[in-house]
Amino acid sequence: MALQKVNAVVIGAGAGGGIVANQLAQAGLQVVLLERGRNYSPWDCRKDDLRNQRTTILGNAFGPDDDREPRVVVDRNGRARTIPPSDGAYSNNAACVGGGTLSYGAMAWRFHPKDFRMRSLYGAPEGSTLEDWPIAYDDLEPFYEQAEWEIGVSGDESASSFAPPRRKALPMPPLPPTREHLILAAGAKKLGLQAFDIPMLRNSVPYGGRPACMRCRWCVGFACEVNAKCGTQNTVIPRALASGNCTLRTESIAKEVLVDDQGRATGVAYFDENGRLQTQPADLVVVSCCAIESARLLLNSRSRLFPRGLGNRNDWVGRNLQGHTYTGAVGLFEQDTYDDVGPGAGIAIRDYNHGNPGLRGGAMLANEFIRLPIHFTSVIPPGMPRWGQAHKEYMRRFYRRSIMVQGPTQEMPMFDSRVQIDPEVKDHWGIPVARLSGGRHPHSLEIGAVMAKKAEEWLRASGAQQTWLKLAGPGLSGGQHQAGTCRMGNDPKTSVVDRFCRVHDSANVFVVDGSVHVTNGGVNPVLNIMALAYYASQHMVTSWKGGGLR
Amino acid sequence: MKRSRTLNRRSVLSALAAAPLISCGRSEAEHRFLTPAEARALSAFCDRLIPPDGAPGASRAGVVHYIDIQLTRRFKRFQPVYQTGLASLDDAARRGHGSAFAALDVAAQTALLEAMEQGKDKPFFELVLAHTMQGFYGSPRHGGNRDGVSWTMLGVPNPPVRGRLHYEV
Repeated sequence: MALQKVNAVVIGAGAGGGIVANQLAQAGLQVVLLERGRNYSPWDCRKDDLRNQRTTILGNAFGPDDDREPRVVVDRNGRARTIPPSDGAYSNNAACVGGGTLSYGAMAWRFHPKDFRMRSLYGAPEGSTLEDWPIAYDDLEPFYEQAEWEIGVSGDESASSFAPPRRKALPMPPLPPTREHLILAAGAKKLGLQAFDIPMLRNSVPYGGRPACMRCRWCVGFACEVNAKCGTQNTVIPRALASGNCTLRTESIAKEVLVDDQGRATGVAYFDENGRLQTQPADLVVVSCCAIESARLLLNSRSRLFPRGLGNRNDWVGRNLQGHTYTGAVGLFEQDTYDDVGPGAGIAIRDYNHGNPGLRGGAMLANEFIRLPIHFTSVIPPGMPRWGQAHKEYMRRFYRRSIMVQGPTQEMPMFDSRVQIDPEVKDHWGIPVARLSGGRHPHSLEIGAVMAKKAEEWLRASGAQQTWLKLAGPGLSGGQHQAGTCRMGNDPKTSVVDRFCRVHDSANVFVVDGSVHVTNGGVNPVLNIMALAYYASQHMVTSWKGGGLR
Repeated sequence: MKRSRTLNRRSVLSALAAAPLISCGRSEAEHRFLTPAEARALSAFCDRLIPPDGAPGASRAGVVHYIDIQLTRRFKRFQPVYQTGLASLDDAARRGHGSAFAALDVAAQTALLEAMEQGKDKPFFELVLAHTMQGFYGSPRHGGNRDGVSWTMLGVPNPPVRGRLHYEV
């Protein structure tokens, strides 16, 4: 039996969906927000170094659980494996209210204006679908600002001439520097690099009714017990619920977007928290499940006009799966670099985001968030024994005397790096699961290798006595920065959504998350997803004519 | 020697009070999965990976306890791997030196593990290495890193999240 019809169903309460739900609710639309995971409070936080969003040795802390939601991953030799969510190859992003924003590191980057014009600037390398965005930096600029002020960002990029232009400063000052920050700042100065305080979705002072960061080092991968980290779960989603126009339904698993014979969405079929199949009719459907699950949902939504999946007439849904190619370097120091002050990453440079001779783009470089002891056990120089007395001695000597610098290289998208529907494997609810296959473009690895050298130079100039590179492999990218699978474009033949995130040929379905990224920037993508959510919401609201879109 | 695993464990339970396992500096609670012989071999194995020195080694820090607990939980799928792997390690020790792995001297144990790291049992070696690092350097809540010994050794506060104490840095 169908539930009472609402104006909009938003699927996924993460960075994108949380914002859209609030914007629509504030505009007076009746909204149902579906989330497959649970709703955690700050008091549910567990600082567990073996079970968190980044280290899943003992499982995922923020979902999904291992037993109900497998994926199939095809390796580069064509061998398919069915794997659980805690497996690294699963490319998991958290499944909970707030999505990745509950436990992220919270870097709040604006993309560079050049990131929207990658093909025009550089040309696509052979084998890549590198393309320009149909929108420009200026289209998103007001919405970056809106995200920075409504969700809350601290930091200060003004020391860098490579930072994107902004009309308004960030709402909060940066946190005071850590010892590591000061060491790297001195090194950057020697090299003439323009280091600055990373913009972070984290309170440095009380903001939005929540307290300031308490400077603990257990930040990225963990939820914040003092609620100083700003995600959608403690900002826009509570506001949406307080408006009285939004209902949040957790542990609700979307099965398909229901589409009529004319190609219009009529609602969403989902399994509720008790495993019962429900139909939620709606005027408008917003898909915000992250790049892998959004593609899976569209592909699983078959109808007369879209027999190969919603928006998939031209076989572009699920294509161009990308993330970031992280590379960098480790430096060992004679003096202590450790001061037990968090959150970790604090200093960055954008000098190498673009303008690298012979390379298409580049990366922001920053100090790494945390080196919990368990992580540091494998951060050892080449040739160093991995066990025995020498390894123990190394841990003792260098755990407190090391710095890692790394950065997310902007990747060259690949048509064959993709999400498909597995023909056999189904999840607990009987829904066909995502099947991931493909790899990284050689040029992404080439850029990554150059960025690693830059990181090493920075560490050397900062006084590191011994350094070595951390390079990337050719395997499929994705992970928490997954993007690209529902590309935004003007031409329906080579993209999935239009410049307002609306699915081509479908009047009332939007995709609002990293899926629509044409390219993923040389920075962490969350602020861009948030800006897109504000931008697309504005379009939905201005097009809304009570009972449907204009 | 062909006692069933159940019988074996029951005999451990009854014998425990009288004969504490020799593998640890302090009396180990009964193991949930490992037999006494397996626990002895694993204990010696872990101590070669993280040997005792000024600070406790792996077994003293409760690494075997961590692995044993996890073998009944998250690492259930590795139960047969541990059984086969530890038996094969003891076999190799007996073939080469005439006694079980735990009874060998440090040099002989180290040589056997170095051979294992290069040989057909490398996957088992890698598994034990990873689990040992987790048990020694990971959170005490999972049964290893007893009293936070590794964190003390590294100079990391225990409990690790002090946050507010550092607010005025």
